[in-house]
Amino acid sequence: MSTALPERRAVVAALLAARGDLLVVSGLGGTTWDVAAAGDDPANAYLWGAMGLAVPTGLGLALAQPARRVLVVTGDGEMLMGLGSLATVARARPANLAIVVIDNERYGETGGQRTHTAAATDLAAVARGAGLAASETLRDLAAVTALRARIHGSDGPLFAVVKVAPGNGPMVLPPRDGALLQHRFRAALGVDQGD
Amino acid sequence: MNAPVADDWREALHESLKASGIDLVAYVPDAGHQRLIELAEADPAVAAVALTSEEEGIGLAAGAWLGGRRAVVLMQSSGVGNCVNAIASLSRACSLPLLLLVTMRGEWGEGNPWQVPMGQAVAPVLEALGVVVLRADAAADVLPVVEAAARMSFAGGPPVAVLIGQRVIGAKVFAR
Ligand SMILES: Cc1ncc(C[n+]2csc(CCOP(=O)(O)OP(=O)(O)O)c2C)c(N)n1
Ligand SMILES: [Mg+2]
Repeated sequence: MSTALPERRAVVAALLAARGDLLVVSGLGGTTWDVAAAGDDPANAYLWGAMGLAVPTGLGLALAQPARRVLVVTGDGEMLMGLGSLATVARARPANLAIVVIDNERYGETGGQRTHTAAATDLAAVARGAGLAASETLRDLAAVTALRARIHGSDGPLFAVVKVAPGNGPMVLPPRDGALLQHRFRAALGVDQGD
Repeated sequence: MNAPVADDWREALHESLKASGIDLVAYVPDAGHQRLIELAEADPAVAAVALTSEEEGIGLAAGAWLGGRRAVVLMQSSGVGNCVNAIASLSRACSLPLLLLVTMRGEWGEGNPWQVPMGQAVAPVLEALGVVVLRADAAADVLPVVEAAARMSFAGGPPVAVLIGQRVIGAKVFAR
């Protein structure tokens, strides 16, 4: 490629621009810091662990809130740990779910070791093979802006990989208390009414 | 083949889950859950989600709870081994409710020795994770135990697993 890959913080900021009532699930590590850097919001379900479970969590949320759009933003390493969940999403076919993988081809959080996407694996092809027909790989910010519009306007499930420049940027930490995060998320949705 | 058992408790269990506000049923198939899965798949008031691995069910239940919906995760005892980090790092870390219905293998007249090590590890593993373990060892126990488990967990309590004993399901016979 001749043009430089976009910076991940700019990609996530573009995805979350004018987010409206979008619900967001972020994968542990890098993408949780990216989503926090774009602006803390009670409708962000930040994962601080549970590697491989960002997509299943987004699926459960999408099935619970069919009138809202749900975006899972996660890392390539996190996605690789939960590949089976792409088949689960394809079978459940939630129209309101989008999955975007921020692919730096590295396990950035743990020292930048090369992931399988650096060596052999095409995650967009994996997703297509799992049954997610709307699957693509993006390499520039203009394409990300167009993707943002589809996340709000088109029926899913959508899957996209965004290839980004190496480097995770400074950590931007959202609240880390899981109980607090779940209660404020549910309160923001109006579902925390003393079940 | 499984020994034939009366299916009535499964019909009643399906209705009782709905009465507890649970309308999302995630599963990896097990012969012991076959009827309950069929009932969930056939009921338009219930979303049945087939998983590729049990740990997805822990994420699914977490996301559903965040969105105000109650899920149950059905699995056989081997599947508990696939859920360990998910239960610790998601359900427990975020104090989320969780209801697991586990059909037991490897404990009562098991004909497949490969099932025994995980079957025997289920209760201690779940307890080490802080999951409350309740057992139903007779068909008549299943309904009240599941109702109690649902009430306890969705009231803001800990994750609760109901282990449905192999004696209730019927031991699988490998004959030749
Ligand atoms: C089950 C499990 N295995 C390993 C880890 C260690 N770990 C934390 S973050 C991470 C890498 C995540 O990589 P990626 O999703 O690509 O995120 P990036 O930092 O590159 O954006 C790993 C391996 C973990 N937290 N949990
Ligand atoms: Mg990465």
